[in-house]
Amino acid sequence: MSDALQKPINTKVIKELLDINDSARIRTWLSICASCGLCAESCFFYLAKNKDPKLSPAYKVRTTLKELYRRKGEVDREFLEKCYNIIWGECTTCRRCSLFCPFGIDISIMIATMRGICNSQGIVPEGLLKTSENYRTTGNQMGMSTEDFVETCSWMAEETSEEMRGLEIPIDKQGARIMYTVNAREPMYYPQDIAMAAKIFTVAEEDWTMPSTGWDDTNLAMFAGDKALGGQIVKNMYTKALELGVQAIAITECGHAYRSALFEGPYMLGYRNGKPPIPIVHSVRLFYEYLRDGRIKIDPDKMLKEPVTYQDPCNVSRNGGLWEEGRAIMKYIARDFRDMTPSGIYNHCCGGGGGFIPMGPEFKKRRLESGRIKAEQIKATGAKIVITPCHNCFDQIRDLDKEYNLGIKVVQFKEVITEAMIIPEKFRPVETADEGAQD
Amino acid sequence: MNEFYEFLTGPGIWAAFIIFIVGLSVRVTYLYGISKERDRVFYNHVNMKWAIRSIIHWLIPLGSVSLRAQPVFAIAFFLFHVCLLGVPIFLLAHNTLWQAAFGVSLPSLPDSIADVLTVVFLLSALVLLARRIVRAEVRFLSTAWDYALLILTSAPFVTGFLAYHQIGPYKLTLTLHVLFAEILLIIIPFSKLGHIVLFFFSRTSLGFEMGRRGARTW
Repeated sequence: MSDALQKPINTKVIKELLDINDSARIRTWLSICASCGLCAESCFFYLAKNKDPKLSPAYKVRTTLKELYRRKGEVDREFLEKCYNIIWGECTTCRRCSLFCPFGIDISIMIATMRGICNSQGIVPEGLLKTSENYRTTGNQMGMSTEDFVETCSWMAEETSEEMRGLEIPIDKQGARIMYTVNAREPMYYPQDIAMAAKIFTVAEEDWTMPSTGWDDTNLAMFAGDKALGGQIVKNMYTKALELGVQAIAITECGHAYRSALFEGPYMLGYRNGKPPIPIVHSVRLFYEYLRDGRIKIDPDKMLKEPVTYQDPCNVSRNGGLWEEGRAIMKYIARDFRDMTPSGIYNHCCGGGGGFIPMGPEFKKRRLESGRIKAEQIKATGAKIVITPCHNCFDQIRDLDKEYNLGIKVVQFKEVITEAMIIPEKFRPVETADEGAQD
Repeated sequence: MNEFYEFLTGPGIWAAFIIFIVGLSVRVTYLYGISKERDRVFYNHVNMKWAIRSIIHWLIPLGSVSLRAQPVFAIAFFLFHVCLLGVPIFLLAHNTLWQAAFGVSLPSLPDSIADVLTVVFLLSALVLLARRIVRAEVRFLSTAWDYALLILTSAPFVTGFLAYHQIGPYKLTLTLHVLFAEILLIIIPFSKLGHIVLFFFSRTSLGFEMGRRGARTW
């Protein structure tokens, strides 16, 4: 965490936040937890650390938020720093525990509330603080300027149009059907991801555009407990989409971006009805629809032959309801698909998602330890390829591959689809089109 | 002893039931009051199907993945609650008292069945107690209150059983039976035992929260 801030704790601010968050739900949850312990077995942190009882979700809440309420906010920095290690070091807010609790207590909401309180006192993981600064100045976590972003897009469009005729990456196209937003890592480090998306949209003949602002759909401020900044980030997206008059905002293959835009964003912004002003659609859903409707056809010879498994990103599957779509896509692209156990809504968090990885090296050891559960799941499937529509899962599984010698390759849907899809003649480059005409 | 028993079955029982009903009502009403502003999520995504599914899957014995993973606990847990509610409400002895006091009563179980169910209840309570002591993660979470409330909940059944079978000094066991039951009724609104009512609200809340995400609500 940031050592720069050694200010004394402002208990007045803490009390205010405790009061605002003293909701019926939180009161009920804190008072009816019956100490049944069913939540423990649900949590991968608990399971990975040889069932250390201190890692049961109920215990994590009791020692942080419940204790804070009990003390009416009269705590010192030492207490909050202890909380810091629990709420960021021992929880990814994956919400699996809520499915195991007889009362359906939402532990992740209480962890997030505690994060907000620690954040108000400057107690936040260093890695996230850095990105908050970037979000504030440039609207994206990488600190990329609008010029650089637009340039990257036109560079990708130029290069890729040599492989695919008519490929464009429209920027700020008024009235397009979808406004496609990305994870800021993509233009910064993996611009080919944008190129791949462009290829898919071209073949599917989608009416799309990318926005010049509000293009970063990630929301690390949300993970950091900074409600105001988290709301602002989402607002940038909503505002641009409304300005362009598009019908929906599309989210790249990223987990928490979907959760932020569709479910948490409206509440961070205080929208009374809790709904975004414009429909939000995730790439997994879009790709599923393209394949289902035949807008994209896969060459059967190019289907993946090696055993494949699917990593359910917590925010796309359990918290996003798209676990069936992910598996439906598998049917088109993989010959030997092997589901993990448990899978779908009950699949374990990989340990790196939501924003855990961006928290930085301070937490790396912890996530590699807790990721043992995911590593074991993958090993048990015998798969050689792991597909996951989430950037954090992608990075974590790659790290787990190294740590636990899994011998696997991690890919996103975009990569598999672009390599296996049939490119209609009208999109093939001129030379191949001539040769094709002779077949 | 006699005067004490008269007190317990006179003003005592009135007080206990009134505190029980009013206490729970006030608790729920108060929560409803704060929820209108601070729990918009609960009101923005209402869908009764989600709520009902969320509740039902946790009322049936092995309805959720987490209960299926601990089947002995799940069955003890289910039997504990069924008998906890079923026996006092449908007991002949209790219904006789209602009939005498107000002229109304519910249908009653034959005493032999009530007897068996009481034993089932006590056995399942023992399983729950043992679990709390034996399983590390449950023991770690358990507070003195958790043990006390489990014992307090079992106390009316133990004393009722003893009284019915006239084991031990009858006046004492009967008086203790009423006393423990009244203490229990009074404590319910102020403790985790409020889950009698709050279970339905918290499950509904999760139902709406997961349902709005297109996810399973239990």
